[in-house]
Amino acid sequence: MPAVPTVEATMLGKLDWSAIPLDQPIPLAAGGVVLLVILGVLAWVVVKGHLPYLWHEWITSVDHKRIGVMYILLASVMLLRGGSDAIMMRIQQAIAYQSQGYLPPEHYNQIFSAHGTIMIFFVAMPFVIGLMNLVVPLQLGVRDVAFPTLNSVGFWLTATGALLVNLSLVIGEFARTGWLAFPPLSELSYSPGVGVDYYAWSLQISGVGTLVAGINLVTTVLKLRTKGMNYLRMPMFCWTTLASNLLIVAAFPILTATLAMLLLDRYLGFHFFTNEAGGNVMMFMNLIWAWGHPEVYILVLPAFGVYSEVVSTFSSKPLFGYRSMVLATMAICIISFMVWLHHFFTMGAGPDVNAIFGIASMIIAVPTGVKIYNWLFTMYGGRIRFATPMLWSVGFMVTFIIGGLTGVLVAVPPADFMLHNSMFLVAHFHNVIIGGVLFAAFAGFEYWFPKAFGFRLDERWGKVGFWFTFVGFWVTFMPLYIAGMLGMTRRMQHYDVAEWRPWMLVAAFGMLLLTIGVLAQVTQIVVSIRNREALRDRTGDPWDGRSLEWATSSPPPVFNFAFDPDVRGEDAYWALKHHAKQQQLEDHSGPEYQDIEMPKNSPTGFVCAFFATVMGFALIWHIWWMVILGGVGAFATFVVFAWRDHDEYVIPAAEVERIDRINIEERRNLVSLAGTL
Amino acid sequence: MNLLDPQGPVAAANSTILVDSVFIMLAIVVPTIFAILAFAFWFRASNTKARYRPDFVYSGRVEMVVWAIPALTVILLGGVAWIGSHQLDPAAPVPGTGSPVRIQAVSLDWKWLFIYPDQRIATVNSLTVPAGAELNIQLTSSSVMNVFFIPQLGSMIYTMNGMVTKLNLRADNQGKLQGLSAHFSGDGFPDMMFDVNVVSPLAFPDWVTTTAKTDAVLNEDSYKKLMQQGIEKGRPTYRLEDPRLFDLIATQHIPPGPGPELVSDAGRPHSGGHDAR
Amino acid sequence: MTMTATLGHAHADPHHIGRATEHPGPAPKRIVTAYGFWVFLLSDIVMFSCFFAAYAVLVDQTAGGPKGSEIFEQRNVAIETVCLLLSSFTCGMAGIAADVRNRLWFYLAMAVTCVLGLIFLAIEFKEFADLVARGYGPSRSAFLTAFFSLVGCHGLHVSAGVLWLLTMMAQVFAKGFRADVLRRMMCFALFWHALDIIWVGVFSVVYLLGGGA
Repeated sequence: MPAVPTVEATMLGKLDWSAIPLDQPIPLAAGGVVLLVILGVLAWVVVKGHLPYLWHEWITSVDHKRIGVMYILLASVMLLRGGSDAIMMRIQQAIAYQSQGYLPPEHYNQIFSAHGTIMIFFVAMPFVIGLMNLVVPLQLGVRDVAFPTLNSVGFWLTATGALLVNLSLVIGEFARTGWLAFPPLSELSYSPGVGVDYYAWSLQISGVGTLVAGINLVTTVLKLRTKGMNYLRMPMFCWTTLASNLLIVAAFPILTATLAMLLLDRYLGFHFFTNEAGGNVMMFMNLIWAWGHPEVYILVLPAFGVYSEVVSTFSSKPLFGYRSMVLATMAICIISFMVWLHHFFTMGAGPDVNAIFGIASMIIAVPTGVKIYNWLFTMYGGRIRFATPMLWSVGFMVTFIIGGLTGVLVAVPPADFMLHNSMFLVAHFHNVIIGGVLFAAFAGFEYWFPKAFGFRLDERWGKVGFWFTFVGFWVTFMPLYIAGMLGMTRRMQHYDVAEWRPWMLVAAFGMLLLTIGVLAQVTQIVVSIRNREALRDRTGDPWDGRSLEWATSSPPPVFNFAFDPDVRGEDAYWALKHHAKQQQLEDHSGPEYQDIEMPKNSPTGFVCAFFATVMGFALIWHIWWMVILGGVGAFATFVVFAWRDHDEYVIPAAEVERIDRINIEERRNLVSLAGTL
Repeated sequence: MNLLDPQGPVAAANSTILVDSVFIMLAIVVPTIFAILAFAFWFRASNTKARYRPDFVYSGRVEMVVWAIPALTVILLGGVAWIGSHQLDPAAPVPGTGSPVRIQAVSLDWKWLFIYPDQRIATVNSLTVPAGAELNIQLTSSSVMNVFFIPQLGSMIYTMNGMVTKLNLRADNQGKLQGLSAHFSGDGFPDMMFDVNVVSPLAFPDWVTTTAKTDAVLNEDSYKKLMQQGIEKGRPTYRLEDPRLFDLIATQHIPPGPGPELVSDAGRPHSGGHDAR
Repeated sequence: MTMTATLGHAHADPHHIGRATEHPGPAPKRIVTAYGFWVFLLSDIVMFSCFFAAYAVLVDQTAGGPKGSEIFEQRNVAIETVCLLLSSFTCGMAGIAADVRNRLWFYLAMAVTCVLGLIFLAIEFKEFADLVARGYGPSRSAFLTAFFSLVGCHGLHVSAGVLWLLTMMAQVFAKGFRADVLRRMMCFALFWHALDIIWVGVFSVVYLLGGGA
């Protein structure tokens, strides 16, 4: 702050009218459209009188299913934003041959930084965390996660991060440094604008949310399992959830510390990563990748879990080599912390270090390969139904194996000496993240959608969406592999090399196919909502499922299960169905229903996130009074929450019985129907 | 700039390892993809000829094989990685004919400065080297990180302020190649491509003599002007006043390059790079 | 019996793993809360380890500024350490007092813990203020950057702890020894002890190793 701060500087910090990019039509228009859409939706909600419903049933909800759905909704909306960035980049690189294209560098550089940040932190992360939230308590046969209110806090803090990133469209700018903001470029001397601050504070805030979600899910899996749900009876998705969240707990604090150091450099003149006074940029590289590499597995392990569930269900077989899969999952979990240096082989670390990290990186491919083979043998001898989730899974196996190949290739240091930071690398990580994580997100979405909402998604549009996305992916990213082999490096705003041009054009065409794929999926959702009565899932078990989430109705009652399920083996629900068929239906007389206590709704998460937003915005713009306001508000929120006298409410036994009877009737019909077949 | 069209021994070795590794893995990957598609097709629910085996959930033999296949592949590739990392260490010597040429490369915002300390000359965005000679390259950065990379000569390496990295290369065939920065460094980053002229060992001294005749002098003052943010479209050449200039840069006796000039203290300063263009 | 409560045996054990000990079901709330808080503490320790790592990397980068041995005052550090260790003891006493529902001893032990924590913070603050006044602030060199952030990060945790401690006392005053208050008290005690352990690390790595050189 200046020595004698003016009133404006005290009240508004760095913020003034020049922060609104009136001279840049593209972000302004984009921001304007988003703003209009948000206002429109808000107006519709208020006018139609949906606000009380939203507030009581969703915003303040601590129900893990609702929170899971909101996570996925956030991820889907952000997917559209990150996807728009991708379209703009592909068009720029297609036309910026021997010209400046249509995006000047300061804008293009923001776009690729925002694209990476959004896709990882606000699409992939919330999507997998949303699926885990939705499904894991159901699969474990329990009523909620370990800390329901904290769960809501975690979600809303993630949403705060996403909000701040998108705010940078219209107020100020986003980072122009790439999605990991390497210093010294991200230091104050080379990036004096607020872009890096937007980046760092949104990630700090959403990072707290992710850490909370991680602690919550680790505790849930380890401490809240229903009777008889031994570790080696958990569905594969629960195992991968455990591994992924252990990684979150161990890795996200590293990100928090690293970004804190960067922020201290920028705000208080510290010298962690500066060129001056002995700062060390290589320390940033090591720290950020010590988080960054496990992060890859945080995303892909739950994806593997989804495929395990889907492949086994649609092959009508238990997962092949279950214990082997558990071993592989935990092996990946541990080894993922020992490979971070492969992100900078070309920094000159020396041959021994490079070789050791290269080999460690290859070793991680062994358990991953084992997983592929186990899915393969799950299909062997199965009766495979090609519903949309299964298409995504088979598409994944074929695609991911190529991503694995190129991944092991860049783990060979001498090969990486030529491929580091190239378009080949860009193609590789999109190959594993789209082919691995995004396909899983879509598969999981289609697979568990009926569970969450009580009706299935339209199969025809789903398949259209799959084929366009699948083909679109190959047409977009195979050319990038080739461009990388032609020496093209990433993040080029323009270029003069003729041999790269055709491949950029092909990639842009592929992007068109991908866009159609996404639009088809949007259409799928609209069509399905319209036809929801025809697509209704009355039994709670639309896919002939194997794990406990299918043992309750769709959507499940707020308490999930009227009785704690008693598990006696793997594939708990499958075994149950077979037993019921053999016994020609159980006698259902006389179950003694009991009162169920459930956690009360709480606005804590939302209010806390409101103050976090205020505080984050104030920190970005150096508005110190507002920072204090936000901090005090957040603390007060927690104290108020801690002061509550009743945090649970009781659902009377009669009500439980009424709800459960409906489900039992539907299910009885299902079983007797199956018995006649 | 085709990586598979190497013009020197380092690039040739790099790309050989690259291609070999791909083929080693394809030997596993292709049959696996085929098996995935075949199993998925044959065991489709509508195929009545396929035998349904819901109890086929574990087989020690299959497990043995599926752990062994990737493990063996990785052992093989691990060997390739270990040997390759040592033989192709960027700092390892690359013997050539004639005496080695010492080159000191500095990445500036946003151009490359090449200093020839023994020849007392320097060039910007244009690197001229004799064919067949070993090139001992020392690298540093005036400001942010960059990566020095000539795709057809192989092995890239980072440049960092206050640090010196080493890279040895050799160009075998005369001709024009292109180099670039392979690490994003700011708004002018795409214009950091540079020419590489590989000339005959006989022509090289002539080129040095011609270049040394230039009026422009590179000393601390002109270097400080050069390191301002901006793009260099031409190919300036300099006489080098003090052969220790590189050491002064690398040891930070000359302070790191300045960032963008601040026009206002609002959130969106106009960067020098944007204006310079 | 209902369907969800019954299971067949035919397909229950497809891998023939055999009968392991049956999992008894969800753990009680007290265990779950403490377990979750342990996991949080572990993640906090990971964060501290980053600052320790940064300190180890930057400790020799004094950039012409002072070395550790020139600025550390062992006497102050000794007093700080004694305060913090004693406060851990009194915090333990407060925990016992809460378990036996003894308000007087609870308030007394918590108050002493608070005072000891505040003395610790005061000494640390004075150390920092003196260094800044002598021109040895965190901007002076990378070593001082790392020193201030590592020690300061611990200091921030202690400050948060004091705030939490006061909130706990207010909660017991307002709500008594309710089950949820006791759970929070247990978490607070875990937090306070963890800070002690981290201080032992700070003390050894920063002041003992750095002071001698």
